[in-house]
Amino acid sequence: MVYSVDLTVIWAFVIAFAVFAYIVMDGFDLGIGILFPALRPGPERDTAMNSVAPVWDGNETWLVLGGGGLFAAFPLAYAVILPALYAPIIAMLLGLIFRGVAFEFRWRDPGHRAAWDVAFTGGSVVAALAQGIALGALLQGIAVEGRAYAGGWWDWLTPFSLLVGVSLVVAYALLGATWLVMRTEGLLQLQARRFAQRLTIATVAAIALVSAATPFLQGRYFERWLAMPNVLVSAQVPLLVALAAVALWRTLRGGGERAPFLIALGLFALSFLGLGISIFPDVVPGRITIWQAAAPEASQMFMLVGASVLIPIILIYTAYSYWVFRGKVDAHGYH
Amino acid sequence: MLDTLDPLILARIQFGFTVAFHIVFPAFSIGLASFLAVLEGLFLATGRQVFMDLFKYWLKIFAIAFAMGVVSGLVMSYQFGTNWSVFSDKTGPVLGPMMAYEVLSAFFLEAGFLGVMLFGMSKVGPRLHFAATLMVAFGTFFSAFWILSVNSWMQTPAGYGTNAEGQFVPLDWWAIVFNPSFPFRLVHMVLAAYLTTALVVGAVGAWHLLRDRANPAARTMFSMAMWMAALVAPVQIFAGDAHGLNTLEHQPAKVMAMEGHFQSHPDGAPLVLFGLPDQEAGTIRYAVEIPKLSSLVLKHSLDAPLAGLDSLPRKDWPPVPIVFWSFRIMVGLGMLMLLLGAISLLARWRGALYRWRPLHRFAVAMGPAGFVAVLAGWITTEVGRQPYTVYGLLRTAQSASPLHGPAVAASLTAFVVIYFSVFAMGVLYILRLMAQPPHEGESGIEPGAPIRTAGITPAPSVDPDRHLQPAE
Repeated sequence: MVYSVDLTVIWAFVIAFAVFAYIVMDGFDLGIGILFPALRPGPERDTAMNSVAPVWDGNETWLVLGGGGLFAAFPLAYAVILPALYAPIIAMLLGLIFRGVAFEFRWRDPGHRAAWDVAFTGGSVVAALAQGIALGALLQGIAVEGRAYAGGWWDWLTPFSLLVGVSLVVAYALLGATWLVMRTEGLLQLQARRFAQRLTIATVAAIALVSAATPFLQGRYFERWLAMPNVLVSAQVPLLVALAAVALWRTLRGGGERAPFLIALGLFALSFLGLGISIFPDVVPGRITIWQAAAPEASQMFMLVGASVLIPIILIYTAYSYWVFRGKVDAHGYH
Repeated sequence: MLDTLDPLILARIQFGFTVAFHIVFPAFSIGLASFLAVLEGLFLATGRQVFMDLFKYWLKIFAIAFAMGVVSGLVMSYQFGTNWSVFSDKTGPVLGPMMAYEVLSAFFLEAGFLGVMLFGMSKVGPRLHFAATLMVAFGTFFSAFWILSVNSWMQTPAGYGTNAEGQFVPLDWWAIVFNPSFPFRLVHMVLAAYLTTALVVGAVGAWHLLRDRANPAARTMFSMAMWMAALVAPVQIFAGDAHGLNTLEHQPAKVMAMEGHFQSHPDGAPLVLFGLPDQEAGTIRYAVEIPKLSSLVLKHSLDAPLAGLDSLPRKDWPPVPIVFWSFRIMVGLGMLMLLLGAISLLARWRGALYRWRPLHRFAVAMGPAGFVAVLAGWITTEVGRQPYTVYGLLRTAQSASPLHGPAVAASLTAFVVIYFSVFAMGVLYILRLMAQPPHEGESGIEPGAPIRTAGITPAPSVDPDRHLQPAE
């Protein structure tokens, strides 16, 4: 039993890693889509698009791994969460369709490029918003009866879930802006830097609002975050967020090129850590723990063999792929 | 009114609709990825420019097809949970790890190396680029391997036990992955993907030969495609027959529906060529049949007894008319493919491969045949598995999510509207690329490359042979 407990925890971390990898990697290219309307049509937009064109579909694959991994390692959680979040998940998938094909289609069809740019932005915003709403709905708790979702099909829609949705759109935009600061030059970089400054303020405000609301959703969150002695540990997270925000602001003002993106990633990591503090070891907060949802040991072991070989390889060649397409980019692609 | 919608039927329509759209793209990209790897390999081996031109020509098409495959596949990986949550809970311990392997070993391989394959030609050098192309091709194959294993397990479950929660749990992974129908399905589907791609490539080559029979790239692609059709079509018919015999052994009800055998035949069953299956009455109306031939095909003996659907309770019958017709469409198209391959061999033998216009017209007409046959084949096998999701063990009616009718109706409507508009545009762009003749010094798809200016000076408008274009 102890052995299978370990496997389950390992899988919880593998899936958390996949979700985090998805959030930061697809986050910056969704962010480019969110910022798109603010960029001038022509070379600016082409450059922004080119900076993510070679990597976006690899990024999106982490979402498939997150979903597939959940199905494999925690089938009960997969079977409860997805029907509960039916509308936002379908909306996210449809948004990702528009966005994904826009990468190809806008080059193919210059006559309708403006329309595909709208599809790119619309798809990116809808996908980001839906992901945030889904997270918010999961955090606020979902109704479970037996081994199935027992709520209605609008349960996901609350002020809190909308707040998380908007926050994620803002945060992805920040990630996209700092990515452009790192990858572009000249006017576009200058513009991205200005966006990033405003978005830093907005993101910090969003993190503060969501963090302030979360402890009051469920009693357990309150205990985790604000009761003694937990608060001594958990309080370090908001402190680090504040430090990171200040550092981000200073590097943006001071002309840093790589630092803003890396610090923005740090902000995401801290928020994700905060999320973990709130819910671990539950997979459906307050309802189902990772051990209750876990697939049998034979399933988790079979997968772990492959995952422990393949995930490092994937990470190596993902890094290689990013290395090939490193450096500054312009409207004619990578140099 | 909306509350009367049956969420189960809607969920089935939604899954069928989205998976039918999806399978078209992988069926094409599995074959095309291998074709691209062969073209690049031939270029590296021979140094002949025509192979590189063809590589770049088809790479542009591959990029669009692949993007559509990625986004429509993403939908599939979540739809098990959104619409079939009970199925997901019960089969997750067995099917989940295989799907995870699909993602890990395949999807990542494709998506990770695709960027290098599409945009990296000038970045990594020819050998590394060829390696990336090979990885993408292997990735598409592994993808098919795992997902077909999952599907086959649902058809012929093996190697499982059940636990206290009513879940299927793995006992023997080898038996699960290599379940009885898997090897047959894998061979049949991979060959189908190659054949489908060969027919598309052949149709595009033929189309351009009809306009300009001297175009060297059009000649090369047509010749390669016709070799594939001539070699793979007969092998595919043989593989399909073997698959059918395997189905007879493990899923006899499906074969009864395919054959239209409502009645049992104790002394030799007829082969029903055509007719109108009547599920209610349990009979084939206006049947045109050849006595005893079905027993000969399926049992290799004229008088072998064959049981019919009357030997099973009605609640276990698959919907016969759908299975009966989709099977005939698939087989009929397979025969036409065989014919195309045979005619091309004849034309080649007589040295007329590049100038025999009726052959070219036939090849153009057969361009979409592979897709139709793939869809018809999948409809046969999936509808033939009904009324079960896991054959004999878990009924479709007991697999669905506890969703309200209007929620599924809304998502189904959104999928239909968006798939038709988005993927229709994608297909249109692919057809536009195909309409441009391949030429020497074909451009790649590196961002900023001349493909963008192609919109300013469209090649077809300056093509002197354009008025010769046939009306089909």
